[in-house]
Amino acid sequence: MRVRDVLTGLLLAAVGLARAGDYAALPGGRFESVLPQGDQPGVSVPVTLAPFELRRTPVSVSEFLAFVRAHPEWQRGMAPAVFADARYLANWSAPLEPPAGAGALQRPVVDVSWFAARAFCESEDARLPTWLEWEYAAAADESRTDARADPAWRRRILAWYERPAGAALPPVGGPANAYGVRDLQGLVWEWVDDFNALFIAGDSRTQGDPDLLKFCGAGAISIIDRDSYAVLMRVAFLSSLNAADTTSSLGFRCARSLPGASR
Amino acid sequence: MTHLPTTRRAAILAMIAAAHAAVAAQAAPAQLVSTLPGDSVYRLSPRIVDQDGRAVTLGALRGAPLIVSMFYSSCDMVCPLIFETIKQTRMALPPEKRDRVNVLMISFDPERDTVAQLKETAAAHGCDSHWTLVRASDADVRQIAAVLGVQYRRLPSGAFNHSSAILLLDKDGRIAARTGKLGEVDPQFVDALARLA
Repeated sequence: MRVRDVLTGLLLAAVGLARAGDYAALPGGRFESVLPQGDQPGVSVPVTLAPFELRRTPVSVSEFLAFVRAHPEWQRGMAPAVFADARYLANWSAPLEPPAGAGALQRPVVDVSWFAARAFCESEDARLPTWLEWEYAAAADESRTDARADPAWRRRILAWYERPAGAALPPVGGPANAYGVRDLQGLVWEWVDDFNALFIAGDSRTQGDPDLLKFCGAGAISIIDRDSYAVLMRVAFLSSLNAADTTSSLGFRCARSLPGASR
Repeated sequence: MTHLPTTRRAAILAMIAAAHAAVAAQAAPAQLVSTLPGDSVYRLSPRIVDQDGRAVTLGALRGAPLIVSMFYSSCDMVCPLIFETIKQTRMALPPEKRDRVNVLMISFDPERDTVAQLKETAAAHGCDSHWTLVRASDADVRQIAAVLGVQYRRLPSGAFNHSSAILLLDKDGRIAARTGKLGEVDPQFVDALARLA
């Protein structure tokens, strides 16, 4: 019995990993973030991104199910509160039973904490993308690697926010962007590794309650491109999170550094 | 063409990993971890090294209340104020309770805060034997900050922007209080500390 269970587990794990995320290679290079990257607030300093790989799609429910099977410590009820809040995987009917229904397994997994997302990525020899990597990948539309200046593209992204909350999420696998990466816009919010680097307000020299400073008007001045509402909404959302938080619209994908490339 | 070997290699690696996991799952529930509360910061197991070059585990800090904050040595504005505020906070305790409180300071800056630099910083701020200053890898620092709710980013100049939180952990590593007040003692924080010490 026990031996059979172990064998079944091994097989499941093997199948899971063999299918583990499909990654696209992104060239990196000079990139101008919406967030100031220099020492001076409000002054744009382009950064140079090392080439990296990014998962083509967000992690799906079925992929996360395979992960918690192989890593019981990440099943709901097993993950300690410090790593995942009380609503972690809350819409699963049991720790190993994700929501049922047609196509439910192909939806992006949501209700996962930053720690859980990190652990998943480690399980496929990857990590969470940095904010800059995510923003860089998400600047592309279907044909251009940087479509951000195009008002029509901006409108399309913003239209996503009009989708009623509570509607069932579409499956992963929307149209590919110029890098072959899908669903960066229009499906779910996504964790990034340095979500806790995204506070918009100045720094601790600005005395006062940091929670109040996070979204204050003075902080917003230091944003380079105030027309990038969609990206800024993400930044505002991510900067409001704690690492154990989970929400029903927050998923993730993983990234990999290329050998020899520094982040 | 390279497809098949890669897949096979992945499958073999998976089997090895799964076998490891199976063994670990049986041997694991280390007593320490299993008796820690679910919301204990000590569930995190970063690799940290103190100002004397010794490896420190968070679990070893269990048993006494702990004041925790994050800093970097080359910081000349807020960080000295954090050290000063923590010193004042301990001094605000009745004498018999002061020595029951330990302090853990985690550097944002593993690159420049070497063990020698940590030792120098501890000396510069007159830290007694209750203070532990530590460094960890960037990835571990990111995790520690995440679990403490501290936000930070490195600037191109090598300086850091960061929120300046001072936290109080109870003897089991649960967050019992937090303050952003610097340069003066936060009475509520001292009260919480006095109750635990």
